[in-house]
Amino acid sequence: MIKYIGKRILMLVPVLLGVVLLVFSMMYFSPGNAEDYILGDMATEEDKEAFREEHGLNEPFVIQYINYVKDALRGDLGISYTTKQPVAEEIFKRFPTTFKLALLSTLWSIVIGITIGIISAVRQYSILDNVTRLIAMLGVSIPTFWEGLMLIILFSVQLALLPASGFTTWKHWILPSFTIGTHSAATVMRMMRSSMLEAIRQDYITTAKSKGQTNFVVVTKHALRNAIIPVMTLVGVNFGKLLGGSAITEIVFSIPGLGNLIIDGIKVKNAPLVQGGILVIALAMALCNLLIDVLYAYVDPRIRSQYVKPKVKLAQKSATTEEEK
Amino acid sequence: MGKDKKETSAIRGKKKSQFRNIMRRFMKNQTAVFGLVVIVVLLIFALFPAQLSNPDYTIQDLANRYAGPSAQHFLGTDELGRDMYTRIVWGCRTSLAIGLASVGIACAIGVTLGTLAGYFGGILDNVLMRIVDVLMAVPNLLLGISIVAALGNSISVLIFAIALGNIAAFARVTRSSVITVRDTEYVEAARATGASDGRIMWKYVLPNALAPIIVQVTTSLAGNILNISGLSFVGLGVPAPTPEWGSMLSNARSIMRDYPLQIVFPGIAIMLTVFAFNLFGDGLRDALDPRLKN
Repeated sequence: MIKYIGKRILMLVPVLLGVVLLVFSMMYFSPGNAEDYILGDMATEEDKEAFREEHGLNEPFVIQYINYVKDALRGDLGISYTTKQPVAEEIFKRFPTTFKLALLSTLWSIVIGITIGIISAVRQYSILDNVTRLIAMLGVSIPTFWEGLMLIILFSVQLALLPASGFTTWKHWILPSFTIGTHSAATVMRMMRSSMLEAIRQDYITTAKSKGQTNFVVVTKHALRNAIIPVMTLVGVNFGKLLGGSAITEIVFSIPGLGNLIIDGIKVKNAPLVQGGILVIALAMALCNLLIDVLYAYVDPRIRSQYVKPKVKLAQKSATTEEEK
Repeated sequence: MGKDKKETSAIRGKKKSQFRNIMRRFMKNQTAVFGLVVIVVLLIFALFPAQLSNPDYTIQDLANRYAGPSAQHFLGTDELGRDMYTRIVWGCRTSLAIGLASVGIACAIGVTLGTLAGYFGGILDNVLMRIVDVLMAVPNLLLGISIVAALGNSISVLIFAIALGNIAAFARVTRSSVITVRDTEYVEAARATGASDGRIMWKYVLPNALAPIIVQVTTSLAGNILNISGLSFVGLGVPAPTPEWGSMLSNARSIMRDYPLQIVFPGIAIMLTVFAFNLFGDGLRDALDPRLKN
């Protein structure tokens, strides 16, 4: 297991290097210079030269890239051009907001998606099942930013129940998290339904039923436990995506999250901020996926048995990986 | 020679009946057929926008700004008094054209990468899949936004930006599908007859690995149309005068408190389009799945 986790973490390194390279070259080769955006039209040629010198922009591409990676390893993601603050600090100021939004949205998606998914599977082909399936499909098809705007019109403008933007009280969080939550709820619901349909056709369900167990217990205890595993994975993957993918919803509701920060940075060509932001998002998503896989093995004994070996062997293995490092 | 011909025609005959089988299964699925009908209607709108609405989508009727639906303007007018219906119809062409072009490019590149990786395996597979991992690691929309911001607002950049985000999905789907086909007996037989790797991939592996790729095309198309409107909504999509649903939403956002209908119609257009492609793709997935054969 430890070896597996170690291997997975090692495999992350080239991917993250690649992500940095991708974003780095995009920013580097794009027309328009950062100094023109940041210093404005009034700046003299000397000012621009000084700016380039200060931020190491006169170095060749490869040197700049290597310097960036070296600094990033020490946790230094550069200085934001606009605020003159360390990028790492800026990002971690915004990260909790995005994290909280992702968490709340995931809660919505779990509550809505799993309940409806189970009911839909147990009553397969009923009217309820058909209607919820269509609604779920609609849920995947709605652009989240449009759903957000419609919810603002309905709940903030027409009914005046909830605030349209900001993030100070709990009321502010309801609309944005619901907007994103319904979108992932649709995917969760579809997965829950198909996974549940598979589970309730298994032999152990027949056994449980023939023991005289009530339908409710059979579904919640026997079937759900087995059906929930793929759904858990999906919920985790969705959560990872939300850490980076809710940028537009953040804009719609004016939430100062990570996505909003990055898009602002992209508009003024604030390269260090954009590179750092995308790097952190890629890292967060990758760690999230890793966590799911580990959790997966932890929850499902069938998978766990593939990794867990007798204790002596495991100790040896981890010792060798230590040496390799 | 004669025997040869007979054999190929027998194979052809079987192919046809398989196609018919899939069609039959697809047609039984009512929601999928609904999706197909909507797609056909959308295609007609996209091909003949001038005939079905106003040929000029830039006409401004400044006396009639923010008008509600009327006989003259089915869906009202926008902030410059331009007819909303006309702009939505022309926007259909924009979305579908960019969506199809980007999926086409992504499919061509992704399927090539996936086939090479899946067929040859080994180091090539490892290298190609790490590249795919990198593309997967950045959220599509952020990738698109940064490319458009870096290279400038134009339709060709937009197509490239959207396509880049799709390549990974195509490569992954193709690779796993190719791997299941790679070791089959007919591929081995082809190799025994001396067919080159290229010929084997093109003639034997790809046709049999096609089903999941076709499904991926429809889901990618749905996702891309969402992303195009998302990019336009942030102001990094289709440049100004061209009508696009996302930029219509973006324009209407500031005045939505007073004129909510401006938000409603373009959104419905996006939703309906994506919905139709999703339904169609779902139906196709079921129809192509051999496990669900009767």
